[in-house]
Amino acid sequence: MATPAVPVAVDMEFAKNMYELHKKVSPNELILGWYATGHDITEHSVLIHEYYSREAPNPIHLTVDTSLQNGRMSIKAYVSTLMGVPGRTMGVMFTPLTVKYAYYDTERIGVDLIMKTCFSPNRVIGLSSDLQQVGGASARIQDALSTVLQYAEDVLSGKVSADNTVGRFLMSLVNQVPKIVPDDFETMLNSNINDLLMVTYLANLTQSQIALNEKLVNL
Amino acid sequence: MASRKEGTGSTATSSSSTAGAAGKGKGKGGSGDSAVKQVQIDGLVVLKIIKHYQEEGQGTEVVQGVLLGLVVEDRLEITNCFPFPQHTEDDADFDEVQYQMEMMRSLRHVNIDHLHVGWYQSTYYGSFVTRALLDSQFSYQHAIEESVVLIYDPIKTAQGSLSLKAYRLTPKLMEVCKEKDFSPEALKKANITFEYMFEEVPIVIKNSHLINVLMWELEKKSAVADKHELLSLASSNHLGKNLQLLMDRVDEMSQDIVKYNTYMRNTSKQQQQKHQQRRQQENMQRQSRGEPPLPEEDLSKLFKPPQPPARMDSLLIAGQINTYCQNIKEFTAQNLGKLFMAQALQEYNN
Repeated sequence: MATPAVPVAVDMEFAKNMYELHKKVSPNELILGWYATGHDITEHSVLIHEYYSREAPNPIHLTVDTSLQNGRMSIKAYVSTLMGVPGRTMGVMFTPLTVKYAYYDTERIGVDLIMKTCFSPNRVIGLSSDLQQVGGASARIQDALSTVLQYAEDVLSGKVSADNTVGRFLMSLVNQVPKIVPDDFETMLNSNINDLLMVTYLANLTQSQIALNEKLVNL
Repeated sequence: MASRKEGTGSTATSSSSTAGAAGKGKGKGGSGDSAVKQVQIDGLVVLKIIKHYQEEGQGTEVVQGVLLGLVVEDRLEITNCFPFPQHTEDDADFDEVQYQMEMMRSLRHVNIDHLHVGWYQSTYYGSFVTRALLDSQFSYQHAIEESVVLIYDPIKTAQGSLSLKAYRLTPKLMEVCKEKDFSPEALKKANITFEYMFEEVPIVIKNSHLINVLMWELEKKSAVADKHELLSLASSNHLGKNLQLLMDRVDEMSQDIVKYNTYMRNTSKQQQQKHQQRRQQENMQRQSRGEPPLPEEDLSKLFKPPQPPARMDSLLIAGQINTYCQNIKEFTAQNLGKLFMAQALQEYNN
């Protein structure tokens, strides 16, 4: 193993401290590996990786390219494998892994919201009221629908060749709007609207009642 | 909660840089106006809070944590946060203050903002107006002028839209808490209504350019299908739960009102004491007979006046009921919109 030209130091004390503190909050989490910003793996990474192989079995090394080489922020992951001739000098090689991103529901909603800062001039967005959000969500569906319509028209006019799988998806999409007898739907809609109106009325009544109570108590 | 109060007190004194930052940012804060007009949160903080609840929160337990950041003019910038371990009763030797100090020291090493600016808490269906929250927020706001409490509602977020609100205590309520006097007279003097207990501060989310690059990258790499929970019509369960909680609170409130009424009745009965009248009559008789009148004894020595009930609890209950009603109204507005959309779709179909 070649000695690195510039020595690098990792504050092991600090790492241990932070891990202890973190374990107080989430006692079930384990160290899986380590990350570093930078474009590629360097000789220092080998040393640090060796240190981490003591903390975790087969640690993962994650690189996040914040210097944006190739105009992208590439996120890569590696594990170390031994290579070389057995019995003689052995070396360490970093083999790349495929990186997949998974979200759980609330996380995805949070990320969607945060992503909106990409589109605003000073990278700032506010949190909107509920009805505005419904408007926003339906606008998104409208966009999706117009894309689909465009595709359908292109196929009909012969610009794009028809694809069977896409066609099948579209048909199942159209069939998903449930066919309900109009009278039944009318009753369902009305009862739901009545429920909601009643609840709104009750909420307003409660609020005025406690305001009244406040006034009476302070007499 | 008592140890946390001491913790924030000692934190404020030991990390004098906190007071320094707060002082620099205060400016017109001392004029009685609220010191913070807007809260600016990093995307990182939002995701960390979501993650904390997802991993550690169950059922009605709340998860809490500390917010770190800086004050810039009248804006409170929150750049990082760290979670707080749950209160485990069997782990009595866990020192909260030490945990906080360790955490902040370590964060200072990696050049993360380590100044305390507030705390966050998750809530269960919006029920967060409690005495505990009031006490914690008071101790925070007392030590650090600009602190806020962020309330994260995970169940509402799971329904499609991030529910994160920032609250501060109004200056009037701060005064009352300082006096620690919650009797009816003091509250009447301060003229606090339940609507004027907490003030909501508008939140904006701001990201650095580097994070924006990451967002673009993620969008490209992982096209996760949008589940459109926001447009789902089947959310009556949520409404039912909210109404249930509202009913419980209203019951509590009515009990409180009954208590207050009995108190009023007792005091008025006492004041009309026959004793007083008899004394006066006797005095008149004695005067007519030329004898010195009996001293009118102080009534409060003979009959102890009933204790006025503490008004703080009923104020909190009223505030909670108000929050529930607001939530319900927002929810119904949303659902009405969705129902009308469904109607339009059906009409087009037929």
